[in-house]
Amino acid sequence: MKYETVVGLEVHTELKTKSKIFCGCTTEFGGDQNTHVCPVCLGLPGCLPVLNKKVLDYAIKVGLALHCDILGFNKFDRKNYYYPDLPKNFQTSQYDLPICLNGYLDIEVGGKTRRIRITRIHMEEDAGKLVHSGSTISTSDSSNVDYNRTGVPLLEIVSEPDMRSGEEARAYVEKLRSILKYLDVSDVRMEEGSLRCDANISVRLVGDDKLGTKTEIKNMNSLSALQKGVEYEALRQAELVDDGGQVVQETRTWDDGKGMTLSMRKKEAENDYRYFPEPDLVPLTISDEQIEDARKTLPELPDAKMARFQDEYGLSNEDSRILTALRETADYLDATVKAGADAKGAANWMLGDLSKMVNEANITFKDAPVKPEQLAKMMALITKGTISGKIAKKVLASMWDTGKDPDVIVEEQGLVQITDTGAIEALVKQVIADNPKSVEDFKSGKGKAIGFLVGQVMKASKGKANPGMVNQMLKEELSK
Amino acid sequence: MKISHEEIQKIALLSRLHIPDEKLAETEKALSDILTYVEQLEELDLTDVQPMAHAVPLYNVYREDKVVPSLDHELALSNAPEEDNGYFKVPRVVQE
Repeated sequence: MKYETVVGLEVHTELKTKSKIFCGCTTEFGGDQNTHVCPVCLGLPGCLPVLNKKVLDYAIKVGLALHCDILGFNKFDRKNYYYPDLPKNFQTSQYDLPICLNGYLDIEVGGKTRRIRITRIHMEEDAGKLVHSGSTISTSDSSNVDYNRTGVPLLEIVSEPDMRSGEEARAYVEKLRSILKYLDVSDVRMEEGSLRCDANISVRLVGDDKLGTKTEIKNMNSLSALQKGVEYEALRQAELVDDGGQVVQETRTWDDGKGMTLSMRKKEAENDYRYFPEPDLVPLTISDEQIEDARKTLPELPDAKMARFQDEYGLSNEDSRILTALRETADYLDATVKAGADAKGAANWMLGDLSKMVNEANITFKDAPVKPEQLAKMMALITKGTISGKIAKKVLASMWDTGKDPDVIVEEQGLVQITDTGAIEALVKQVIADNPKSVEDFKSGKGKAIGFLVGQVMKASKGKANPGMVNQMLKEELSK
Repeated sequence: MKISHEEIQKIALLSRLHIPDEKLAETEKALSDILTYVEQLEELDLTDVQPMAHAVPLYNVYREDKVVPSLDHELALSNAPEEDNGYFKVPRVVQE
């Protein structure tokens, strides 16, 4: 590889508050156009914005979870630009004194841990939505504006250019999304726009310290679009430089259908935002005590959970990562263990049959019809020898469909494992009599033939015979 | 402080103001005079003075996260120069 990709990400995440950042309009999604608006979010003259306390609380939480310094003194600023999605002609944001600085996030790609530094996090308001009259913006004579989303609180989380591939960019957003989800401060749905991601991308020769000219890529609305967008853009730049060309600093948009980035032809002079302090909002001071109080409200985060799952539960690195990606999944495992189940066994059921069911139903473990206590009960039935592991799969499927307890299902469907020596002996004798060839094979030294015979006995018992007992009794019978 | 033709044109573009060529010299003088006047502040020694973030010594004013009713839909749109199906209608905004 001659060139190295350099990626920095700006992630915007909508906060899950009930009301907007500076006014009492609802943040609810999907109302009729321009019905969630008031003088403040429409920017009418004479109105006064007031900060929603919850936005500040959430911002501090996110900052702490991302190992940031929380600034004891921070303030809002106006970012000036003309675009009709902002009725005030400026966005209320934070510029030189944002709420958080200097954090980091550890990601793992290809078995290697990489630390991605976070430059800053700031609070700001979301913009409205434009609907174009034509099929595309360039063929439209006019645009229609809906200001319902204007003023919905956002956190912008800006990383350093520390990622080196599309895969790392994806892992970063995945991890960030997971943490925001754990903190319960955002819905983080990329497809619906509650988490949006812009990438600053450049390339440079491997070993070079200086950053190349970057482009900013927008409109990557899923994790796979992000990875593909970064990979495409890095390749485009590398080819351009190889052909003796130069990368132009510009904003480009990712076209998912075409699988390529396209120039947005924005004029350079437009990017002069002339920030100045927002006179309508007073500065914020945050005490150490406030920060420590916030720290106490943080839940156990994915990294800590992952370490605990490995130490306490003896799970592998890979398994514990999968099981901690969503808080609902991790909580389910903890609850199952608390209900008396063996952690490794519970993890195996969760990663296997249960994951399949959860994914097919498109829900999380929290809403699984099989509750952690029920999974633990089912596992106890296997341990006690009441059912075999194989029958347990059947029982679990019925538990999923009916929500009933495992013992009820075993009882109703007559699935109790046959451990009665006499009953198994009869089946064993029958199978031996029916399969002289396999018996011959076994006796002439083909040890594998026993597997076939065990299978036949299990089949004859409709899966209910205790496999260990079948194995042992077959061997005894055959060596007579 | 002198301000250049180019700077005036840039500020005009950013502010969406049209300044005809014959008015450029006049605007240049007016803005330069204002800047020169404000420049007097540079005489002050501000070595130990923190930048001021707000004119009023007031901090931490919040509201609780409570939803209050929004504007009536018709009232919200009553200042719109043009309206279309409940939307504010604006001219096409993309630049060629």
